[in-house]
Amino acid sequence: MVALNELVLVCLTYVAGLFAVAFLAERAALRGQGGWLLRSPIVYTLSLSIYCTAWTFYGAVGYAARSGLEYLTIYLGPSLVMIGWWWILRRLVRIGRSQRVTSIADLISSRYGKSNLLAIVVTVMAVIGVTPYIALQLQSVILSLAIFAAPETGVSGGNHAPFNSGQAAFWVASGLAVFTVLFGTRNLNVNERHHGVVIAVAVEAVVKLVALIAVGIFVVWGLAGGVSDTLLRIDASAIGEWQVQGSRWAALTFLSAAALLCLPRMFQVMVVENNDDRHLQTASWAFPLYLMLMSLFVVPIAVVGLDLLPEGSNPDLFVLSLPLSQGQNGLAMLSFLGGFSSATSMVIVATLALSTMVSNHIVMPIWLNLRRGGATQSGDVRSVVILARRLSILFIIGLGFSYYRLTGGSGALAAIGTISFGGVAQFLPALLGGLFWRGATRMGALCGLGIGFSLWIFTMLLPSFGMDGALSRDTFEQGLIGLAWLRPQALFGVDGLDPTVHAVVWSLSLNALAFFVVSLFTFPEPIERLQGAQFVNVLDHAGPARGWTASVAGSEDLMIMAQRILGADEAQSFFRNEAMGQGRGGNLPEPTPAFVQALERELAGAVGAATAHAMVGQIVGGTSVSVQDLLAVADESAQMLEYSSQLEAKSRELSDTAEELRRANEKLTQLSLQKDSFLSQISHELRTPMTSIRSFSEILRDAAKLSEADKTRYASIIHSETIRLTRLLDDLLDLSVLENGQGNLHMGQGSLQDVLDRAVTTALTGTANPLAVTRTGVQEDIIIHTDLDRLVQVFINLITNAQKYCRADHPALSILVGRRGKGVTVDFVDNGQGVATDAQSVIFEKFYRATGAEGDGAGLGLAICREIMLRLGGEIIYLTAYDGAAFRVFLPQDVLRAQYRETSVEDAAV
Amino acid sequence: MPHRRIFLERRSYRMRRMMDAVRLLPLLGLCLWMVPLLWPVPMPDPVLAEGAISATMSPAMPPTMPMSAALRYIFGIWFALVIAAWALWRHTRDHVVSDPSASPEGPL
Repeated sequence: MVALNELVLVCLTYVAGLFAVAFLAERAALRGQGGWLLRSPIVYTLSLSIYCTAWTFYGAVGYAARSGLEYLTIYLGPSLVMIGWWWILRRLVRIGRSQRVTSIADLISSRYGKSNLLAIVVTVMAVIGVTPYIALQLQSVILSLAIFAAPETGVSGGNHAPFNSGQAAFWVASGLAVFTVLFGTRNLNVNERHHGVVIAVAVEAVVKLVALIAVGIFVVWGLAGGVSDTLLRIDASAIGEWQVQGSRWAALTFLSAAALLCLPRMFQVMVVENNDDRHLQTASWAFPLYLMLMSLFVVPIAVVGLDLLPEGSNPDLFVLSLPLSQGQNGLAMLSFLGGFSSATSMVIVATLALSTMVSNHIVMPIWLNLRRGGATQSGDVRSVVILARRLSILFIIGLGFSYYRLTGGSGALAAIGTISFGGVAQFLPALLGGLFWRGATRMGALCGLGIGFSLWIFTMLLPSFGMDGALSRDTFEQGLIGLAWLRPQALFGVDGLDPTVHAVVWSLSLNALAFFVVSLFTFPEPIERLQGAQFVNVLDHAGPARGWTASVAGSEDLMIMAQRILGADEAQSFFRNEAMGQGRGGNLPEPTPAFVQALERELAGAVGAATAHAMVGQIVGGTSVSVQDLLAVADESAQMLEYSSQLEAKSRELSDTAEELRRANEKLTQLSLQKDSFLSQISHELRTPMTSIRSFSEILRDAAKLSEADKTRYASIIHSETIRLTRLLDDLLDLSVLENGQGNLHMGQGSLQDVLDRAVTTALTGTANPLAVTRTGVQEDIIIHTDLDRLVQVFINLITNAQKYCRADHPALSILVGRRGKGVTVDFVDNGQGVATDAQSVIFEKFYRATGAEGDGAGLGLAICREIMLRLGGEIIYLTAYDGAAFRVFLPQDVLRAQYRETSVEDAAV
Repeated sequence: MPHRRIFLERRSYRMRRMMDAVRLLPLLGLCLWMVPLLWPVPMPDPVLAEGAISATMSPAMPPTMPMSAALRYIFGIWFALVIAAWALWRHTRDHVVSDPSASPEGPL
């Protein structure tokens, strides 16, 4: 028997120890020490264990004693979610960090366009859903205290504690409120994490696990006599066979999985307090392990309790009453502390989470609204926020306390827990839809939540107060206002379902349906679409969307506001860092959209997304979505476009390459053809003179009697043919030298007039019927610097051609020298018929000869001319403007420039 | 969009399959834990037991599942899942955070 006072003393010591741990952790975190512990995955996993509340600690045994293995569903669901962290939790945590989410209400409101209405709805729902749960914790503490004070109360199951249970509950509630206020509101920024609270919760997690396992070991090996005996005893007991309804098994597993994601307190420790993805990975096996250990000994305790304890004992308290009845006071004390731990840690974290929601989404917006333009006024908002949060904590614990007093702590623990789960599970469609489906809209979320929550109240919460409790018996039997299809436990006339399954199935399915259908038919606002893209694509690119066109926002105004929320030091250092990041000195950064976005996010960590958005909106002005943002909405399609355009470019590149290859191939074929035709032509050209040389030399050799005149004639034919051959070979050699760029140019200087004189003289010497050459010598007096011999060669060729091919009665050639552009042109125009149009493009090719020409040329002349002019930097073209054949030789500018330079040098020399 | 390879070297291939296992594990767990849905349940409700269904079923009612077997089954799976999750964590813990290309959208 333990005296009540002794118990209270132990309790107080324990609580004092918790305070100390939390305090030390806070201080270490402030100093930047102990990071390895505060940020270790073990602490993270242990803090998740607030999932196991007093409901687990006491209620699970009671649950097992009543319904067999059904209690396991409450732990199987979360285990699955945890093992499947990759699917949902990873996204959730990533979003929580990138959006600086402070609570589940903040997450949902943030996802659906930072809607404050949605935040309020979720907050109210969460408070309604969780309040019974908080009351449950108070109740369990009071019950356990009572059983210590007078063990027989456990037997009677009544509430006749030898102390004023109301007062005791009040003191417990006050203590919890003080702890939560002290450690939960030390720092404003939720994202800075409550190290003290988290460490305290982790310690409590260890305490409750150790306590439950200790009791379990005592029961299995101390009372039942080993594992096999225990199993035998289990099979022989009242709950010795599998008796869980399949529908309940599935529905409750699903419900508990949903609750793990949606419970505000779980969201707090799992998402808000998370600072590393890897912790989640560790928790993926460690948390299921914890849950398994917590539920391992539940059935043995329940069975042995049913066996040993007198009929009518409250099975919810077997964990406590079993050691007590065996005189194991120490173990009972440990067990009591375990239960106490579970209750207190849950209340603290749940209250913390709810108070953040209440203050951020209800109190602050109202306060901001009451003081229009409040964000720009001076004064410290910090104190207001902290005060709001503290009041919210008191309010929520007060609410739980009132609920406990009102209901008188009746009802089995398990029932209350399930009801609470059902309430918060209504967030699931909006939450998951928001994470995975960009088409989810605010309206859809509101409708889904509204319908789901109303159904939950009608089918689960109100009926839980019993017949003629909140709902009259008529309503149960006849339906709401006499409508038969509105019976709370047989909606739409679907009868015979288990009430819990019935409520879960109807509320969640209609919730999801409404959410989906309304989302399909409504159109989201731009900011919703922005946020939707951010949330759904969080794993692809974590960059935040730009939300502000901040050109109108004054940095000073933003600074004033930020100081009031973040505190002067923190705001200033934040601004300074941002300014530095922008590459500016001083304390005020340029109010770029990116900066304002960062600031909003920072503020969101303190007061929630919706409020921060509203406050920044007051300063920046209404237009929060710019064209840029709309472009960002199109981000995904832009990416796809970019990808497809890249593909297009690639394929274009490929087809370009193929085209190039084809062209190269064509050129090669052409070159090969040219080579073939060149070879055939050259052999032809060589063959003709060779043939005549051979024939005439044979005549000379074989014919005995030849006249002297014939001999001379034949020899001279042979001679001229060899000369022609030699010339052909010379030309070929010349051309090949020119084409290969070999051979040196003999640069010299002289007047154009001289060059032309030489050419005309040379070309016309020895011709029988020389053509009349007219020259416009006015501009010929130009000094040129080039390879004069080569130039003469070109001119001679042109004049010779004119001589050869001009068919006029009185052939005449005019040579015109002119300045064109920066160079010099020399035109050779005759009065013949000119070159036929189709031949104009090929006259510069090798071996081209004008049709009907007398055959002493090899057809290489113009080809050589073209090569020479290329070498000299000029060109030769055929002019089509004249009636006769007209060639233009173009000499480039540097031929003249060199002249000036040379001239000046010469002048200086003179 | 970055250029994506179609085939991976052996080590990354193994890693990808490991992440596939991480994704599949909860589904496996779910299936196994839903097996109890198939276990026979004693008719809890006498009204139902007298109903039309029981008229055909009750004579051949199969023996119910003993609690100890049910316990062994569920906790056995639980333990196996924890071990599997732990083993996967051991092999993938460095990989998941450092390699963003391990996302399910990645190449196979």
